[in-house]
Amino acid sequence: MNTLRRLYALSIIPVVSIVLALLVGSVLIILSSPASQGHLDFLLPLTAYEALIEGATGFSFLNVDPAQHLSFAISFDGTLAARALTNTVAAAAPLVLTGLAVGVGFKAGLFNIGGTGQVLVGGFAAALAGAAVAHQPAPIAVTIAVICGALGGALWGFIPGALKAFTGAHEVVLTIMLNSLAALIIVGLVNDVFKISGPTFARTAGVGNATLPILFGRNGSLGVLIALAVVPIAYTLIYRTTLGFEIRTVGANPSAARYAGMSPRKLIILTMTLCGLFSGLAGTIEILGLGYYPAVFGTSIGFTGITVALLGRAHPVGILLAAILLGAMRAGAPSMQITAHIPLEIIDVIQGLILLFLAAELVIRRLLRIRADRVTPGELKSVARSYGQGNV
Amino acid sequence: MEFLYDIPVLGFVFQLLGYIITAVATTNLAPQTLQLATPVALGALCGVMNERSGIVNIGIEGMMLTAAFVGFMAAMLVDQAMPDAAPGFFGATPALVVGVLAAIGAGMLVSALHAWLSISVRADQIISGTVINIMAIGLTGYLNRLIKPQGSAGTFATFHPPDELINLPVVGWIFRMFLQVGPISMSVLILVIVLQVLLFRSRWGLRTRAVGEHPRAADTVGIDVIRLRYRNVILGGVFAGLAGAWLTLEFNASFQNGMTANRGFIALAAVIFGRWTPLGAFGGALLFMASESLGVAIRSNPPPGDLGIWLSGLQAQFPSIYNNFFSALPYVLTIIVLAGVVGRSVAPAAVGQPYVKEGAS
Repeated sequence: MNTLRRLYALSIIPVVSIVLALLVGSVLIILSSPASQGHLDFLLPLTAYEALIEGATGFSFLNVDPAQHLSFAISFDGTLAARALTNTVAAAAPLVLTGLAVGVGFKAGLFNIGGTGQVLVGGFAAALAGAAVAHQPAPIAVTIAVICGALGGALWGFIPGALKAFTGAHEVVLTIMLNSLAALIIVGLVNDVFKISGPTFARTAGVGNATLPILFGRNGSLGVLIALAVVPIAYTLIYRTTLGFEIRTVGANPSAARYAGMSPRKLIILTMTLCGLFSGLAGTIEILGLGYYPAVFGTSIGFTGITVALLGRAHPVGILLAAILLGAMRAGAPSMQITAHIPLEIIDVIQGLILLFLAAELVIRRLLRIRADRVTPGELKSVARSYGQGNV
Repeated sequence: MEFLYDIPVLGFVFQLLGYIITAVATTNLAPQTLQLATPVALGALCGVMNERSGIVNIGIEGMMLTAAFVGFMAAMLVDQAMPDAAPGFFGATPALVVGVLAAIGAGMLVSALHAWLSISVRADQIISGTVINIMAIGLTGYLNRLIKPQGSAGTFATFHPPDELINLPVVGWIFRMFLQVGPISMSVLILVIVLQVLLFRSRWGLRTRAVGEHPRAADTVGIDVIRLRYRNVILGGVFAGLAGAWLTLEFNASFQNGMTANRGFIALAAVIFGRWTPLGAFGGALLFMASESLGVAIRSNPPPGDLGIWLSGLQAQFPSIYNNFFSALPYVLTIIVLAGVVGRSVAPAAVGQPYVKEGAS
């Protein structure tokens, strides 16, 4: 019973936020329907969300006949469902990792919004390493490429970590600058140094045997297993090891940590490196799934990681669930765009709305008369405290 | 001077310095620097307004992006309604003026959301800023794709000061820098000075600084902390809105997704560099963006001599890296300056901490 109460207390605000975001999102869809449908369409949110769910799970509950009449008709096609669910899982895998990259940072009171850059550097490192070992036996090639990708991301997390630890510069500005920098450097390198002749667009050489093997469906690759494996590792690290204890202590109270003989400086560098490593892995499984690094590699998984981490309350299990939800939204969005003619970007709007309601937790609690509980993770309230405070 | 150019390696540095001096005196390097620094400087003024009152604002980027989109759309709609309006001073048409006002309004509206989240809801202010950034990317991207804007209202014109003034020896470039620019860029200098004076010489400024340093003390002498913070954060949105207007109504005549390109974050670094003073932040913005305008100058008008030959060799061999190197300079400079200066730069003491009135819960 106690466990149930605890679960309820932990999940009520995220769940309410998702529902409210979908509601406000549907208002926006109705208001903007004249632009997409030519007339004010009050049923558009229903068709849109249905298409989203169908694209993400293969489960359909609406039927639209040629005369635009809606009727409820539950249909379920095994093959469709398998394909849709594989898409969802494949989209969720990198989000688990970028979510952890933000969530673990929160534990130490750090806000790592450098996921985008760490994803790019990790993916690029994996592509280069993969191309170098493309003809080795697959197990060796994949292992080497994955390790190099993770290390690349770790480097891009280490830099802001070290800069923050030794100079006190705030990680938010540092990591954002490093995002832009990573994109510019890598695009330059791909175009001028690592471009191969042949394809019509600039890209690096193929990774050959380092391509992640497909385990199920059309795109359920080894990356899904990697992401799943990292969740318990991250959990154990944070909650069951001395290092994790020190990270959480620094996040909760840096001065107490210092008096207890811990080194906040060392922990900041370590945590940021670890965050970079997770993001780097996310970029790695994206690129090793694709098979090469394209010069134009726009990805939003780094930024989505922020939503995942906040929605998952910075807890590994919560992050896993949030990543599956947002992965489902990403997997279902194309079918929504085709069926309901609503731009994909509505997903970003809904994401922003979820964050808005999460941030406005106090208001939601008052509106719905949900009592404040003692299990709310305090880490999330401590990020702004460090702003502009100089040396650690 | 010329003999310095022949020293190996170091000679390149002197050649570059010589090039900069010539470029400042003869080309548009100086006005271009002010122009490119405009959105960063305006964003930094928004940051100063917020942080001096004790509110962290990392949502400047999102505020700018929203304002850029709203301003662009409003100007386009008015332009379609009255396409024949004659341009006035600065090439200002009714469409452009309405666009600027709409952008300012959008900046204030988004700021009001940030104020509500950080002051009343007492959410983590960095999270609140992140919410604004992500919402702005999503909403502008969604509406931009949905509406697919056709055409635009154009941009403001650059002012042309009298030739005698800008051709003055030695000081001509200063006039060119501050006068041979568009209206929003020109307003920056005035806004910086006004805000600097108000912040350090007026009753409002004293109260704002008190609220940012020690809200409890300010409260006990009768200053309404909550109200002042609300007012300052929302007024700060005016600057973010103007920065957005610069993007779509003065510098470009179109809106692209994510066109702010992290300028809102460079602005935050400029605030820290300028030690939370408007004048200092303006200096920071000029410093960061001077590197970009130098890049623009070098690419369009390469330096003569050995340096130029070396650079064009690089450009021929690595065109993409060469281009991106100059685009990356502001970001690199921001990191270096931030890492070098921040330890000695002290933020307003109450920054990031929500204020709870004594006795209230």
